[in-house]
Amino acid sequence: MAALIEIEKLTKRFGAFTAVDEVSFTVDRGEVLGFLGPNGAGKSTTMRMLAGFMPPTAGTARICGADVVENGVEAKRSLGFLPEGAPTYPEMSVTGFLRFTASIRGFSGSERDDRVALAMAQTQLEGVRLQPIETLSKGFKRRVGLAQALLHDPPVLVLDEPTDGLDPNQKHEVRELIQRMAPTKAIVISTHILEEVDAVCTRAIIIARGKVIVDAPPRALEVAGQSLEQVFRTLTLGKPQEHA
Amino acid sequence: MGGMIRRLGDLLAAGWLMWGPGKTGALPWHGACVVAKRELAAYFATPVAYVFIVIFLVLAGALTFTLGGFFARGQADLMPFFSFVPWLFLFLVPALTMRLWAEERRHGTIELLLTLPLPQWQAVAGKFLAAWAFCGIALALTFPLWITVNVLGNPDNGVVLTGYVGCLLVAGAYLAVGAAVSAATKNQVIAFVLAVAICFVFAAAGSPVITEFLSNRVPVMAEVARGLSVADRFGGFTRGVIALRDLVYFGSFIGFWLFVNAVVLDLKKAD
Repeated sequence: MAALIEIEKLTKRFGAFTAVDEVSFTVDRGEVLGFLGPNGAGKSTTMRMLAGFMPPTAGTARICGADVVENGVEAKRSLGFLPEGAPTYPEMSVTGFLRFTASIRGFSGSERDDRVALAMAQTQLEGVRLQPIETLSKGFKRRVGLAQALLHDPPVLVLDEPTDGLDPNQKHEVRELIQRMAPTKAIVISTHILEEVDAVCTRAIIIARGKVIVDAPPRALEVAGQSLEQVFRTLTLGKPQEHA
Repeated sequence: MGGMIRRLGDLLAAGWLMWGPGKTGALPWHGACVVAKRELAAYFATPVAYVFIVIFLVLAGALTFTLGGFFARGQADLMPFFSFVPWLFLFLVPALTMRLWAEERRHGTIELLLTLPLPQWQAVAGKFLAAWAFCGIALALTFPLWITVNVLGNPDNGVVLTGYVGCLLVAGAYLAVGAAVSAATKNQVIAFVLAVAICFVFAAAGSPVITEFLSNRVPVMAEVARGLSVADRFGGFTRGVIALRDLVYFGSFIGFWLFVNAVVLDLKKAD
């Protein structure tokens, strides 16, 4: 069976600037891929193309076999996506917002309410379920975005910085949640936090200037006593090395 | 209030479901209806709705009774009211539409909305339907005028009804223009000014000043201008005539601008 996420030579140019340059990788069920790279390396652009928001200049991306451009709606059904900054409608209540996304995904009646309740339980949102989202703290807003992505129990999860703005306890909770879901899903998370890669990812991709420069398990990166941080710095600060 | 809005939304949804062409089986317009419901509720969750409705009602009432000479005319009809509605909408509708896509961009929710499994045209249609239903609510709240004219005399209520239908179609036409313009620019001021300008062109195209000027110089264009004029088409409705060609005009006008909206949105969504 084909991998749940397949990306082939995905390229995005903005005028003369190449933001993403022939990126290829696949993610199978059970894998948690950590997507690393400095700011502006092309992480979010790649994720946006994978989510079908931004059309690629060249190359293809498929989710569960459905091409994100040709067969966008089908691909999006199998996808839970947390966009950068976890955008939500500020005037809506947490429940109202989650019901809205659940309705668009075709759930109704008691099934919809059950899904919303479960997603809120998974992300510890019950205490604020009737509050308008604009009154919530950054960490809660992020978890509302996360709840929206998990709600339909999708086989593929693409999460752009899921733990940004969370306190250490919440970070821990989210990481545990990701690990719990990992065996049945293909998950891609982007992050700046290197220890997160160690903690949850089975594989890490480092991207710089739009190109994949490393694709390996986190353990394999820590060569010769170097920490992941040192490896990251050598790789992304100008001295390009050929890696596995 | 919330309950009323929800019921209204449900009604709207049910109506469109029955009417919608069966494409994907059970619920062809489902996504558009869910988006429309959310949007309509969002109008009432912010002061936008109340400010819009109050200003519209105050201006419509004031103009009808002062400049329109509602009493002095001595005729039991709503002509003075209907003659001002397109000009009021010219400014108020773009104020409603300027935030339509700009707001989604500002909050980043456009990325969320367009990565949910719904075809893009349904997002466009949903937003338009909500704004249209909202204009319908504002128009419906002018009912005291209708009661007044019925108390004072015996108006032809059929003509009043067609007049209201015309108003709603004019609102739809301006909304479609405004929505397309707001998809094209991030800046709300630019969206407002451009939408007013474009709507004004279509509103004024049939006015005597323009058509006389054109018929003296390029006679062919005078006919074209009159044919494209929103105000000319609207005139028929205020006289109690619902002509098929006018309905086709408004239908294709709205359809064209919604299509422009979808295309522009696709090109500029990631900017």
